[in-house]
Amino acid sequence: MDFVNAIVLLSNFVIVPALSYGSQLALGAIGVTLIYGILRFANFAYGDLMAFGTMFAILFTWFFQSIGISLGVLPTALLAIPFAIIIAILFSLLIDKFVFSYYRIKKSPPVTLAMVSIGVMFVINSIIRIIIGPFDRRFFDGERFIIRANEFKEMTGLNEGLAIKSTQVLTLFVTIVVASILFWFLNKTRTGKSMRAYSDNEDLALLSGISPERVVMITWIIAAILATIAGTLYGLDKSFKPFTYFNNLLPIFAAAIVGGIGNPLGAFLGGYVIAFSEIFITYAYKKFFAYLLPESLEPNSLIQLLSTDYKFAVSFSILVIVLLFRPSGIFKGRVL
Amino acid sequence: MRQYLNVFTAYIIMGLLIILVGILQSWGVALAILNLCLISAVMTMGANIQWGYAGLINFGIMGYVALGGLAAVLVSVPPVREAWQVGGLNMILCLFLIVLLIFAIRYILKNYRKSNKRNLGIALVIIIGIIFLRLISGPAIESIESVSPATTGFLGGLGLPIIFSWIVGALFAASIAYVIGKIALGLRADYLAIATLLISEIVIAVLKHEDWLARGVKNVIGLKRPVPYEVNLQTTDWFIRLIERLNTGSLSLITDVSEKQAVLKQLVIEGSTVFVKLCYAGLFSIVVIILLILTQKALYSPWGRMMRAIRDNEEAANAMGKNVVKRHLYIFVLGSAVVGIAGAMLTTYDGLFTPGSYQPMRFTFLIWVMVIVGGSGNNFGAVLGGFAVWFVWIEAAPVALYFINIITSGLEDTNQFKIHLINSVPYFRYLFMGMSLLLIMRYRPKGILPEKIRHA
Repeated sequence: MDFVNAIVLLSNFVIVPALSYGSQLALGAIGVTLIYGILRFANFAYGDLMAFGTMFAILFTWFFQSIGISLGVLPTALLAIPFAIIIAILFSLLIDKFVFSYYRIKKSPPVTLAMVSIGVMFVINSIIRIIIGPFDRRFFDGERFIIRANEFKEMTGLNEGLAIKSTQVLTLFVTIVVASILFWFLNKTRTGKSMRAYSDNEDLALLSGISPERVVMITWIIAAILATIAGTLYGLDKSFKPFTYFNNLLPIFAAAIVGGIGNPLGAFLGGYVIAFSEIFITYAYKKFFAYLLPESLEPNSLIQLLSTDYKFAVSFSILVIVLLFRPSGIFKGRVL
Repeated sequence: MRQYLNVFTAYIIMGLLIILVGILQSWGVALAILNLCLISAVMTMGANIQWGYAGLINFGIMGYVALGGLAAVLVSVPPVREAWQVGGLNMILCLFLIVLLIFAIRYILKNYRKSNKRNLGIALVIIIGIIFLRLISGPAIESIESVSPATTGFLGGLGLPIIFSWIVGALFAASIAYVIGKIALGLRADYLAIATLLISEIVIAVLKHEDWLARGVKNVIGLKRPVPYEVNLQTTDWFIRLIERLNTGSLSLITDVSEKQAVLKQLVIEGSTVFVKLCYAGLFSIVVIILLILTQKALYSPWGRMMRAIRDNEEAANAMGKNVVKRHLYIFVLGSAVVGIAGAMLTTYDGLFTPGSYQPMRFTFLIWVMVIVGGSGNNFGAVLGGFAVWFVWIEAAPVALYFINIITSGLEDTNQFKIHLINSVPYFRYLFMGMSLLLIMRYRPKGILPEKIRHA
């Protein structure tokens, strides 16, 4: 019984949160990695693009709520996502046309493009703060939990409860659907194959008649879709605050690099690698061991490898270890 | 002389703008802007050394600024004897342990060939070291933090004049930069950017949560100043006489004695704040001028030529026998040290150390905007960028407010849209920054004052 308790404890505080956080990172990381693979620069504005999409999801949610539309137990935001995606796509295509395309045609070095993306980051940052303000906003409605901790306790008779939030299940579900469609698109369709060819070898792809404008446009569209979905899911799960979205950029970059930058599947898995290690390493295992070990060996300290304040340190250490020992990432991305 | 003409014009325009603020708003505001412009200029010089001279992209400026601030605290605050008694010994022991750890790793790296066994050994050494560190430091930290936590709760500093911290800050930043450079400099440009950004976040996280070091988010306030306090000035004879002499014209018009006293008192109070800011401006200007002379000399020395050669063509420089990795490390440390000086100056000027206020937007990306806008590779350009961008950063809100009032003048004051716009005035500065960066990068990619390469 103690063993089951320990497992439930671990799933409640580590596995379930890490799965949903990992999914959010994974979607973001695929977007970053696609931009890196095809447009060939590190897009520092991606975190703010996520916040931009989420902002419109929130605005549409408010609009739907005001005219009395809701999805019952599901959050209204789900209905708002498609509209937010359209705006995010238009916005990123606009930015590409007026900002990035100039440097792409000039074949500027990636560093210049990264620097330009910082200018874009500042601009998006201010647009978000002007429209919706810098404050913390919750826009979740509908049923909060699928299983509450005490319901679970009553059901199973265990000491430990397992709470599963509906947003966590929703995140996982949406991620699986979106990722499967995306990988099907990249691997099976003509357009997807042309994107991969372009990412692999630009000159060869151009020679075989792939239109670069089309590939770039589709990349931005996919990136905007992923950013909006990942951002809205994160906002539903926790809350929407522009500053946290900027901070999420760091683990997302770490995930993309760990998975091998330019490799979408790697980025997808990298998201989970980062999320699981962040939460595994910062979790205090005292209670867990109290269940497993005999009473005499019971630990009296927290048994926490690293305090939760040092989340960033985990992503960074993984990043450094990967870069030192396997510079192309765990799953062989572009060899840099 | 011709070639310096645009430099002079740019600086004169900048000076006039600040004077204009003094006339239109107040001299206190103008001097506050000037002081922060000077501090920003030091930061940009540091960033310019790394980016402009050597092409290294360092997005960790915030971390070095914070380390400079830490130096200001550790140098100026008097030591907390009680805390040292309860936990000082253990903390020193920890420091030795860390040094020992580093030497152990170096020993392994030097004496064993590259293999999985070696990697395993290093990992083992690090894990054992961390376990020991936690065992020794854990109780010590707890007891240090429980020494009157409302006022101290940390080890305190050395109790020296705060001005020394400007050098100590440089040393702190340089030593951390050495470690980071050793790990991260082998990376490609955009990887280096991401890695340094992550490291600076870690530095801030450490400062925020290690309360025994500098009180963390509880902040250290009331740092000693290198210049006189306003309250003391207001009661000093020579200062009152100075103000009296400066204002003889307007004072002589007032005949009533008691009224004259009241006006004089008001003038002294106003004068004291301006005087204090002027003192700071003097100190900061000295630093800026010294650094400008040094960096300018360095840029046009054989060493500067070598750095530019490495920046422009790494392979060719390598082929000519220049040790690119070593030069990069050296310049990374140097630039970070300059940023560390600026961090200590900033904390000295503020008189308080608040780790929570360090945000990458303000302390990393803004500095980058300054370097790019001013002109990377040109010291005068970097300084000008620091001045111009900080000026816009501060004056963006009033200017935006002015324009919003003009645009929405047709609307009533109770109009929701107008109220919303007026409330979001502070965020227009990000828009101005972003737009100016994008415009400069597009239409004047070398900055306002481009780099000049003298051909012999």
